[in-house]
Amino acid sequence: MPDKYRVAIVGSGPAGLSAAGHAAALGMSHVLLEKTDHLSDTIYKYQKGKHVMATPSNLVLRSDLDFDAGKREFILDTWDDQIESNKVEVRLNSEVVAITGETGKFTIELKGGEKIEAEAVIMAIGTQGNPNKLRTPGADMEHIQYQLDDPGEYYDEHITVIGSGDAGIENALGLAADPAQRNVVSILNRRAEFARAKAANVKLLEEAESEGRIAVRRETSPAEVREGELVLDTRDGQETIPCHRIIARTGSQPPRAFVEEAGIEFTSEDRGAFPQLSPSFETTKNGIHVIGALAGYPLIKHCMNQGYDVIEFLNGNSDLKPADEPILAEKFAALPGKRTVDEWLEIFRGNITILQELSPLQMRELMLDSDVYAYKSDEVIFELDAPGSSMFGIAEGSVLVEVDPANRNITVPIEQGSIFGEVGLVSGRRRGSTVRAAEQTVVLELSRNAALKLMATAPSANRAVNAITVERQLLQMFRSGLTKEDVAEIVADAEVIETKAGEIVIEEGAEDTDLYVIRRGSMVVEKTVGGVPVFLNYMPAGSYFGEMAVLDGWTPKARVKAAIKSEVVRFKGEKFQQLMASNPELKDRVTGDWSNRRDLDLEVSDRTHASVDDVAHFSETARFLIDNGVGEATDVLLIDETLCVGCDNCEKACADSHEGLSRLDREAGRSYAHLHVPTSCRHCEHPHCMADCPPNAIKRGADSEVYIDETCIGCGNCQRNCPYGVIRMETEPPKKPGLLSWLMFGSGPGPGEASYGWRSKTAAKKGIENPKTAIKCDMCSGIEGGPACVRACPTGAAIRVSPERFLTIAKMERAD
Amino acid sequence: MATLNQTKAGDERRNADHESFMSYKRMRWLKIALLLSMACLVSYFLVDVEPRHNGGSWYGYTLGTIGAGLIVWLSLLGVRKRKMSSGSWSLKAWTSAHVYLGLALLVVGTLHTGFQLGWNVHTLAYALMLLVIFSGIYGITVYTSLPAALSNNRQEMTRGQMVAELAGIERELETAGQPLEREEADLLIGVLGTDVFAAGFWERLSGNYPSCKTKHALDYFSDVSSSDADLEKVRRLLGRRKAQLDQIRKQMRLKALLEVWLFFHIPLTIALIAALAAHIISVFYYW
Repeated sequence: MPDKYRVAIVGSGPAGLSAAGHAAALGMSHVLLEKTDHLSDTIYKYQKGKHVMATPSNLVLRSDLDFDAGKREFILDTWDDQIESNKVEVRLNSEVVAITGETGKFTIELKGGEKIEAEAVIMAIGTQGNPNKLRTPGADMEHIQYQLDDPGEYYDEHITVIGSGDAGIENALGLAADPAQRNVVSILNRRAEFARAKAANVKLLEEAESEGRIAVRRETSPAEVREGELVLDTRDGQETIPCHRIIARTGSQPPRAFVEEAGIEFTSEDRGAFPQLSPSFETTKNGIHVIGALAGYPLIKHCMNQGYDVIEFLNGNSDLKPADEPILAEKFAALPGKRTVDEWLEIFRGNITILQELSPLQMRELMLDSDVYAYKSDEVIFELDAPGSSMFGIAEGSVLVEVDPANRNITVPIEQGSIFGEVGLVSGRRRGSTVRAAEQTVVLELSRNAALKLMATAPSANRAVNAITVERQLLQMFRSGLTKEDVAEIVADAEVIETKAGEIVIEEGAEDTDLYVIRRGSMVVEKTVGGVPVFLNYMPAGSYFGEMAVLDGWTPKARVKAAIKSEVVRFKGEKFQQLMASNPELKDRVTGDWSNRRDLDLEVSDRTHASVDDVAHFSETARFLIDNGVGEATDVLLIDETLCVGCDNCEKACADSHEGLSRLDREAGRSYAHLHVPTSCRHCEHPHCMADCPPNAIKRGADSEVYIDETCIGCGNCQRNCPYGVIRMETEPPKKPGLLSWLMFGSGPGPGEASYGWRSKTAAKKGIENPKTAIKCDMCSGIEGGPACVRACPTGAAIRVSPERFLTIAKMERAD
Repeated sequence: MATLNQTKAGDERRNADHESFMSYKRMRWLKIALLLSMACLVSYFLVDVEPRHNGGSWYGYTLGTIGAGLIVWLSLLGVRKRKMSSGSWSLKAWTSAHVYLGLALLVVGTLHTGFQLGWNVHTLAYALMLLVIFSGIYGITVYTSLPAALSNNRQEMTRGQMVAELAGIERELETAGQPLEREEADLLIGVLGTDVFAAGFWERLSGNYPSCKTKHALDYFSDVSSSDADLEKVRRLLGRRKAQLDQIRKQMRLKALLEVWLFFHIPLTIALIAALAAHIISVFYYW
């Protein structure tokens, strides 16, 4: 006779343990089934001595077992003791292979044939059983592993950790902890930010990076695994590094097949989808509940709360509210309508399209990090040029975007369910327009970090935001009276393509007839004339290309390739042609652009035939500038070295226009053909420094300058992220005596940045102690007259340029 | 988009069609200076002063006032350069005006004297003015001709990097010099003890370092037979050291040439202002 229980709990991770513990406390008949010979296999497999975190810190723990941040061994020992003292019925070495039956009478078959009966089943099997494998050439090589048991057992190796979530970072830190092991540890991050990892982990990683213990490679992915080597795709091209071992911590997926066989449905066909659950964790198969990581909740505290909660539900307590209820109730108190927390969560989730695939549980977590607001008709939500990089979703009502700053009656509506304010996610620019409520409106405001995390963890949200931004970019670029409906078809078919630096998007003479829009990064247009590759043009984000072919099937005679790692959106040529056919205004616009570019093309050919040297020289200069960040700059300082006498007045002026510290290093930096790019902020289109600023202190000003405001906490993330080394961490120096007293009496250090000795001695004398904060060029924003470096250059060597004006063929006039 | 949100003022500022201070705004200040000079010359010949032109006639006073005003304004460049106040001013524009109006001062000042020179404070003021202007002419000559050479010599290294490079070679020399004999070791010790920046004024300006210990050592080691691997290594390192020293010294020379004139131009200006004050006061005191 098979054993019968009220509830069978499969999996002894924190969720299962907590459920079993509470069942025991309530006296409910239960059994805890674990496939290995120890409890909590996933945590058991954490590396030795790992520090386990207890985030979210503002969440209350509701469980019969104890849990707090601490060492892995301590936590496991605590649970082992408490499971025993609470008399929990555990069966180890009991792998479940099938679950059949109906609610009230389930049959659970174990490996080896044994059967168990239960009225209800709780699946708490987690997701770690199915790690995501690498998909590059060489992914089947032996030296790739998907978990790290003991970081202390490897030495004298080059180890690369792939994956920069919490697991990857912790593994990397573990491997690099003991310098006596002499490991060379690198960690790869596909993006520039660490959106998926906990802040404390990222901080530790960056400390290790600045101490030189771990090489952190951002915007880098693995391209190919070879014996003893690893080929990487970096922002600026391919690179091969020595590598004896790879630890891949690239996440894992739920064991879908096994779960579906029990009769449980998932929310979608997406690889990353989770089972469909009711608020009491019940699946589509009545009687089977899913909690923990398998429900989409990898954090331990949540798992333990859910274990407690599900047993309460099974016990008949239908009034139980989740632990985060009071926090959410307070957030929603300001909204009209007196609805419950659950009602509001469902309204936000159901109405805002990008949130629709989130489970109610994921919604709660998102809500903890976001804010909600209610607006009356005509109330302004944010103003043009206001700072802010948060994204808004409209849950109820609608808004109007004032597209003409001069006339507030010219507006574009955004309807309920859509989003706005998303431009700041990418380039941190100030608000491009004033947005006001058209009627009684309720919105959800996601901070930039929360929005990025949502896009990183919910593929459907990522797609939805992408589709909206592509559509809006298209409308804004072409205008020509186009509406959403006009472009809907072409947007639905659009393809977002990531390109590496130097990758060719359109080959010279290709049969390609599609239209491309540059979403992020920039492109270089080149052409081979007389065997010489000639730089034709440079296109920043927001430009389009490929129109020549689309217009009349004219074979493109120029090659378009990515200057830096970029993202382009590809639209089908025929669809665009149809769009142009039904919109004469658009066709005129595109034809105009096309004829300008054709003229440029002919001009270059002529000049090249006249003087190959001039053109080649210009091409080389353009390439040099792009390599030095002029390609992604919006405003960069260049120094003409045929005029620069080295007086350093630019540096002195910079220091004197600010608090006494120069943001410019004139001498440092590369030069080519007497054009020098000094070490000074390029005010990039997609600022690298903005990627990971915890207080969000880095913003974009009205004149497109990137500046750091006074909320900087001095963490140094921006300095580490900047590829051009333009950010300094420095304390504010004491005030100098005035110019007149220096001229007459020689008091003080004189104009320019005072020496380190003077600054520290004077600060010590005056008892001033300031913290180090990040400083960099802010284009003298707020100072009338603009950048001091240019104003203060006596010979005219210092110039500020924007690349699309500078890197044009017209500059070939100056062929020196 | 890189082209969004860019103001008109920003666009103007980012205009890359830059000119040097000598041709600022298409030689605007040259034209103004020429106009001023022509006006003075023409009026000098047209105005009839009895018995001859002198600084004390109404014409002379006019020119003198213009000259004195110019001298005071010209000397204010030193203050303008160092006072980073906000506002749409440009030091390049000021320098351009300074250069051309300073040259025009030659005409104004000379005509003001009426060519009546003698051994007195008035001529002293005039002579000082000439010296200031001539040192300034030297200044613009080097400012237009030397920057390219400075850039070529630097080869993208900063001062700090050059010094660090030298220090690196010295470390290697110290190691390489261990197996040497007493005599040769002494030579090397002498070389390692030198400070490249402890150069005298003339050496710095001319670029000739006759007593350069590295050069002597290099000559010695080049003469000696090159079959010994140790000696060969030392010779090579000395060669590298000499090359690095040459780069640093050339940089020092060019910077010295670019700056030396200021050590005359400015003290002479102070002296000129003093002499000018004496000249003006004495003229009115003894009127």
